[in-house]
Amino acid sequence: MIIDHRTSEASGRIQPTSANALTRRSFLQAGAAAGGGLLLSLSLPFAVRGAEAAGTTFAPNAFLRITPEGQVVLTMPYVEMGQGTYTSIPMLIAEELELELSQVQLEHAPPNEELYVNPLLGVQATGNSNAIRGAWQPLRQAGATARTMLVAAAAKGWNVDAASCRARSGEVFHEPTGRRLKYAELAAHATGMPIPVNVALKEPKDFRLIGTPAKRLDTPAKVNGTAVYGIDARPPGVKIATLAQSPVFGGRVKSVDDAAAKAVNGVRQIVRLNDAVAVVADHMGAAKKGLEALVIDWDDGQYEGLSTEAILGELEEATLYPGAVAQSVGDADSALPSAHTQLEATYHVPFLAHAPMEPMNCTVHARSDAVEIWVGTQAITRVQAAAAATAGVLLEQVTVHNHLIGGGFGRRLEADGAARAVEIAKHVDGPVKVVWTREEDIQHDMYRPMFFDRLSAGLDAKGMPAAWKNRFAGSSIIARWLPPAFNNGFDHDTTEGAIDLAYDLPNFHVEFTRVEPPGIPTAFWRSVGPSHNVFVTESFMDELAAAAKQDPVAYRLALLEKTPRAKAVLALAAEKAGWGQTLPERSGRGVSIQHAFASYMAQVAEVEVAKGGTVRVKRVVCAVDCGTVVNPDTVKAQIQSGIMFGITAALYGQITLKNGRVEQANFDSYQILRMDEAPEVEVHIVQNSESPGGLGEAGTSAIVPAVTNAIYAATGKRLRQLPVDSAALREPQ
Amino acid sequence: MSATISVNGALHTVDVDGDTPLLWVLRDVLGMTGTKFGCGAALCGACTVHLDGEPVRSCITPIDSVGVSEIMTIEAIGATEAGAKIQKAWLDVEVPQCGYCQSGQIMSASALIASIPHPTDGDIDDAMSGNICRCGTYVRIREAIKQAAAA
Ligand code: FES
Ligand code: FES
Repeated sequence: MIIDHRTSEASGRIQPTSANALTRRSFLQAGAAAGGGLLLSLSLPFAVRGAEAAGTTFAPNAFLRITPEGQVVLTMPYVEMGQGTYTSIPMLIAEELELELSQVQLEHAPPNEELYVNPLLGVQATGNSNAIRGAWQPLRQAGATARTMLVAAAAKGWNVDAASCRARSGEVFHEPTGRRLKYAELAAHATGMPIPVNVALKEPKDFRLIGTPAKRLDTPAKVNGTAVYGIDARPPGVKIATLAQSPVFGGRVKSVDDAAAKAVNGVRQIVRLNDAVAVVADHMGAAKKGLEALVIDWDDGQYEGLSTEAILGELEEATLYPGAVAQSVGDADSALPSAHTQLEATYHVPFLAHAPMEPMNCTVHARSDAVEIWVGTQAITRVQAAAAATAGVLLEQVTVHNHLIGGGFGRRLEADGAARAVEIAKHVDGPVKVVWTREEDIQHDMYRPMFFDRLSAGLDAKGMPAAWKNRFAGSSIIARWLPPAFNNGFDHDTTEGAIDLAYDLPNFHVEFTRVEPPGIPTAFWRSVGPSHNVFVTESFMDELAAAAKQDPVAYRLALLEKTPRAKAVLALAAEKAGWGQTLPERSGRGVSIQHAFASYMAQVAEVEVAKGGTVRVKRVVCAVDCGTVVNPDTVKAQIQSGIMFGITAALYGQITLKNGRVEQANFDSYQILRMDEAPEVEVHIVQNSESPGGLGEAGTSAIVPAVTNAIYAATGKRLRQLPVDSAALREPQ
Repeated sequence: MSATISVNGALHTVDVDGDTPLLWVLRDVLGMTGTKFGCGAALCGACTVHLDGEPVRSCITPIDSVGVSEIMTIEAIGATEAGAKIQKAWLDVEVPQCGYCQSGQIMSASALIASIPHPTDGDIDDAMSGNICRCGTYVRIREAIKQAAAA
């Protein structure tokens, strides 16, 4: 995603306190840490909205502390959601500061929108596969700066030339005399050293840590039950609540009969809100039993008749009219009618729930003048703001304790769960942990939007694309979540994967129409744009290859001459997958290529379609070029993970509405891929020294068309909507 | 009503209704939060514990059905031979992503290799398909079980 920060408001400025500490447009400031030692304050690039215009103002958003006790502590604005950030980010510091990974400690950043702005998202949040992308340069620079200052301090003390000193494993050595000093001993002196301008960063060939498979620091606690997620918070005296929210979005409570619920042993209190009812109890068992005993009469409100078919119809209709032009190259309108062959197709994808394994939950202690919150969130400042607004207190009266996240996938970028918990907590004396049942979690998610796409293409006499047109309609999450980044009728998330394709297409035109569905909230979902666009684009490209009677890999390769990184991953994936080798009947291979999140990825899926129509993905080969790889094992793990997530979406994922109600409820009606259905996955990494690309989401979007293209290869059936309709794949009797 | 249960070798007396699922007794009454809630309907395996060595879904196990059976949870599984092997393999292979499902995965996997020391792929499918991992760590779970079995 590319966010335009120029339009964002200025905030978070701090006037520099010492001339030494700051040069114009500096991103780094040094000083003495409270308690002694060296403190580097960093301002990550683009992060400080308006800082450039402000000239000499400086707003740090990450801090590196070297204490006289020898601790090196990084206060970091990213959240660990399982993507290995806690391990990869300190690697950047440790690499340049000449420390071992184990010598760097991490602290969660407290909520402060002004200080902890994620450079690419523009607000304090972890999402869109961008933790490493945002941190790559500045954290290495910080490490190198601190090292240079520590070396300078040692050289001064020894009265020698700094060039004769070396840093290694947390010490500075004077090579000619063998003298050495620990960083701990130097930290206080280093504060007086000038901040070096233009520190040189290591060449990739000199990396000791970056690119090596480091063990993740968060793993041990996750295998022995000691890891503490939001749902595990237990402030003293905490009560447990669960809730029923209006089954139709926007509906409200008409009446409640809570006599039976109140009679349940362990139930303490029933909290009635405008659009929800909560049962507060000693434990979740009693709360759930109380919830079942409630008799609630709902007023369904204006969306009582809403269905997903109606929403789909609206989207389809919208694609009949011009939308905002997201990208236009050449002249597709003229090239299309005169093309040798013409193709048209429409595609659509459903709403999807996030269904992270940890159901929505939030613990709140609301007092009249202070609110304390325990939660796992990807966007801590949003939680703080939502809590303050709901409780009617000032921002600084809200304390948020962030926790490990049992799966985010975009769901925990939203603060609706925190707001709801505060609403309930306002009626409860003491802390209350609001835990949603799985059914509530699925039926009151904020969903990956539905999209409808209308495509057309023209092929020249040789079968190559002469024109490509795509017009699609659906929700823009960015327009709600980060309005300044929604410009000219579109944004770079919703369109990513539909535009800026790796292919060289001479006449290319893409339009988007924003249509916000009524009666169903939408949100980021392990990316939004590519999760939909790559399916559509790569399926249609497959249709073009088929119409041209060409091999899908060869056809794509011919269009990738100008994008060698894409071409290389495609060739590699095809080779490793044994592309072209024969497979049994009703088995097939499908391919996809993707340029998104600043990474290039190709996948080949091998599927088997049973006579009854059941699809089994047997093997996936993925080749990825994500620039410099910080932690290769994490890269592989994230791709494996993303692929399973994408297969779940391709084969099973859909949220449907009937009479305004979500029809799916738990893992029986909202199925997730299981062990016996999981394919073998091979990941091949193309190493180079480009800036790191994002990965948390790339595997998910790229696998979907690889699977559907493989189904086409196996059965001759082209699937233009998701999830896969296995009934349509049944072999005729 | 009150019930006395044995968890990881220690006796606890709790005052809850007899139909209260064991999961909530562990998490909310005894404060043992290593066992996780995922679905409440025996569909995901996040809440898996051992009852006399057998894996059960604690979210649908009423407390009054436990009787004198010995309950073992993720907090103590490392003290068993199979549990220790599985935990070590989980670390070596770096199985967890978000980690939330992993208590349940480890309890299912420990029970598997305790009863079938050298499981086939089919055995692994049978034992592990009740445990959902939304982060999709299945490839590594399979690898780690095989590694633990070989240890
Ligand atoms: S919580 Fe028990 S199986 Fe899901
Ligand atoms: S590791 Fe996240 S659900 Fe399994």
